[in-house]
Amino acid sequence: MTESMRSPRGSSEVAVIGGGLVGLCIALGIQRQGLEVTVYDEGDIALRASRGNFGLVWVQGKGDNLPEYARITRLSAKLWAGLADDLTQHTGIDIQLQQQGGLFVCLTESELQHRQQMLAAMAQEHPEGYPFEVLDLQQLREMMPDIGPEIAGATWGPEDGHVNPLYLMHALVNRFESLGGQFVNAGKVNNIVPQSGQFLLQATQGTFSCNKVVLAAGLGNKELGPMVGIEAPVSPNRGQVLIAERVRPFINYPTGHVRQTVEGTVQCGDSKEDVGLDTGTTTNILAQIARRAITMFPLLKDVNLVRSWGALRIMTPDGNPIYQQSEQYPGAYLVTCHSGVTLAAAHSGPIADWIATGANPTVDLEAFHGRRFKL
Amino acid sequence: MSMQQQYDLVIIGAGPAGMAAAAEAGEAGLNTLVLDEQSSAGGQIYRRIGQPVLQDRSILGQDYYAGEALLAGLSHPLVTHIVEATVWEVSKDKRLFFSVAGKSREVGFKKLLLATGAQERPVPFPGWTLPGVMTCGAAQILLKSSGLTPVEPLVIGGSGPLLLLISCQLIRAGVRIEAIVDTTPVSNYRRALKEIKGAIKGWRYLLKGLRMLKEIRSSGVKYYQSATELSAAPGADGNLASIGFRTGTVQHQLACQTLLVHQGVIPNTQLGRALGLAHQWDEVQQCWKPTLADNGNSSHPDIFIAGDSGGIGGAVAAEVQGRLVANDIAQQLCRTSGTVNRVNRLRKALAAQLVIRPFLDHLYRPLDMFLRPQGETIVCRCEEVSAAEIRGLVKHGCVGPNQTKAFCRSGMGPCQGRQCGSTVAALLADELGNSPAEVGYYNIRFPIKPVSLGELASLDQTD
Amino acid sequence: MVEDLSFKRLPCNERAAVEIVVEGRKVIAYEGDSVAAAVMHAGLRPTRKTALSDVGRAPYCMMGVCFECLMNINGKANIQACMTEVREGMVITVQQGARELVGEIR
Repeated sequence: MTESMRSPRGSSEVAVIGGGLVGLCIALGIQRQGLEVTVYDEGDIALRASRGNFGLVWVQGKGDNLPEYARITRLSAKLWAGLADDLTQHTGIDIQLQQQGGLFVCLTESELQHRQQMLAAMAQEHPEGYPFEVLDLQQLREMMPDIGPEIAGATWGPEDGHVNPLYLMHALVNRFESLGGQFVNAGKVNNIVPQSGQFLLQATQGTFSCNKVVLAAGLGNKELGPMVGIEAPVSPNRGQVLIAERVRPFINYPTGHVRQTVEGTVQCGDSKEDVGLDTGTTTNILAQIARRAITMFPLLKDVNLVRSWGALRIMTPDGNPIYQQSEQYPGAYLVTCHSGVTLAAAHSGPIADWIATGANPTVDLEAFHGRRFKL
Repeated sequence: MSMQQQYDLVIIGAGPAGMAAAAEAGEAGLNTLVLDEQSSAGGQIYRRIGQPVLQDRSILGQDYYAGEALLAGLSHPLVTHIVEATVWEVSKDKRLFFSVAGKSREVGFKKLLLATGAQERPVPFPGWTLPGVMTCGAAQILLKSSGLTPVEPLVIGGSGPLLLLISCQLIRAGVRIEAIVDTTPVSNYRRALKEIKGAIKGWRYLLKGLRMLKEIRSSGVKYYQSATELSAAPGADGNLASIGFRTGTVQHQLACQTLLVHQGVIPNTQLGRALGLAHQWDEVQQCWKPTLADNGNSSHPDIFIAGDSGGIGGAVAAEVQGRLVANDIAQQLCRTSGTVNRVNRLRKALAAQLVIRPFLDHLYRPLDMFLRPQGETIVCRCEEVSAAEIRGLVKHGCVGPNQTKAFCRSGMGPCQGRQCGSTVAALLADELGNSPAEVGYYNIRFPIKPVSLGELASLDQTD
Repeated sequence: MVEDLSFKRLPCNERAAVEIVVEGRKVIAYEGDSVAAAVMHAGLRPTRKTALSDVGRAPYCMMGVCFECLMNINGKANIQACMTEVREGMVITVQQGARELVGEIR
């Protein structure tokens, strides 16, 4: 047990509520700026998107309804290698970043056409360039020899990649603590009381104070936001993921639906369901996911499924993040997104800097203000 | 896929609890399905009881052959018994998926009875993963289903009634046992003595235990008591070559090709966990068990549990529980059921079976080294995670096994935490200074047994 | 080597003999034997090498809960040998590390 765990400090310069990927990245970035940061986490059974997510660092197609989202996504993708190096170098944990591009495999011609149109439209929105390629089955087979015959093609994004999200989380905790940050299992934070320029956090395991507070509590932000004058209209969106046993490497690029981890296990996923807080799985959806995976990679037919889960994405009405400082209580910030892996490098870099020092990032954060939902 | 079949009652497991429940349910007029992973009924305790393998019936003894009487229940016209059926998912809307010979089927049920029995408590100690180390239960299964006896030289190490039983059975079979290394600590005898009242009421079991000890003693097998620091070491080929242990101040080393280990049994809770049923920590038995009402009802109104999967009570208790629970289910489904007198008789019989438990539980509580291993001892066999690694994770804010799982993959291998779940929770509790009850357990996910992607995909009904 | 690592068979009631192939060697097993029992009778040890560190393992629980007995049976990898009954002509090999996917995909 570390010293810090025995006695959580009573007050900090910055408190981050939520010890998932979003909270940890921001906490790490702010701690790096020399501020004293404490992360307050709910504990082992928290609804945790960070533990259930798919592990993609994914650019292609993100932000088709908000160019600024595409920009921050690409910015993060560019910064990712640096984050991975820093974490591996200082913690010794290999977070298994592989970022040599990714494929979105389309089963039918119409799916492929639709996808091509969407990416072409995005390229129009981005004068700085928006790299992607459309591959037919022949071209796809050259990159992925084990792709199935009943595939129309794929789109290729050179900035895409994947990472082990669990090791990422582990490394973030280690790095954050090694810089002097404190990670506290505080139970649920039930109340935030703004008090003469400070904030009091009333949690199940104690009361803590801070000068700045960052709400990174995922679905919990919906309840916490209004306590500091920020609306966070987030709702859960379930994604079911299934994972197959370790096999020798045969999928050499991550795809939107199937990826092979460095360990050799194969993850299949990508369902989107509105089911409240149910993290369970349903056999018919898993069967659909399995069928799509086998169509993509027929070799998967005999491979054993070993685990499945439902994870809750944190979705805003338009699917895009909220980055916002409270006008009513300056010093209180709210951060929410459904891409905690992809945006990890942006969060630990420019977003953390913005919170720590007020420095404006190269992307326009105005676009992510929650007022867009009131129009 | 064709329309799913619908049953009044689906029973998972054809051991004593499942077989007895099936008999009762059939009699009560319930359309009943019994699913079992094995190729013949009996569970682990009555393994292959329908076609006993050994010529010499004295080897396994009459307690084994007592199971023959339970087989009749499975041939009731209202009872369907499917063998080699692996249940891999049960959904909240009362549908159940199982696989037979690579094909999955779906059935619906009104009530579900989990009679999935026990598994041996995982006993992490240095070298327990070596080829040649196996459980006492495994040796018994080999004896019952194939008539096989372990490679010699053979050592048997650990604690508990099954350790004594398999020792006696192997002695009767003419197997040479180099030594029995009993790890029951002396302090346990003192604790157990406080429960001696129950032991005297359950004198039949007490007598059985004493007879087994006598049989072992008169066989001349070397018997080490209060052994500690058990470890196993490999030879040049990587297989088990020797074991070490300590008694008092004496360090022992024995060459052996097989080591049979045992530290008691714990309920098999995998399916109940995956279903999200409520569970509770049993401090005396040092294991998790489902939270059950008197009638065997779990926290789900239509799911019941009987036998060792609901808490360790042994084969005869399991049989009685099976009958009681099936009776209650029949009543709930408004069919005929047993008379009040009979139910009362069964309740009394169950109480008589369980009266010895506190004595046994205290006597055979495993040594701390097995419950809370140290250092490089492997805890998660599948992902090869050590005790030190798990303990180290607490330093980085791990307060529960699901975070541990995320950080080091413990519990993510093919056994899905069956071999490490209880140990990981105990280690976290040890480091955090609280109890496994507070630390909690892995979230168990479907499928609870591996199923191929192709088999799963075949259930897709969209098009 | 030749240490004999075979589990010995006690006098048994009559069961049909089943011929199987264990690591290229013809072996007689009996109806009702699990593959794990049959290979232990054949003296095979270890029965798999782990995917992580290539160390040997052998059947441990014999009741389907430990997954140590994963073997390659009739060309299918990672099958629980203790939960699979022997059938005439079965071909059984040691599971070497992670499963290799082979087959025709077109």
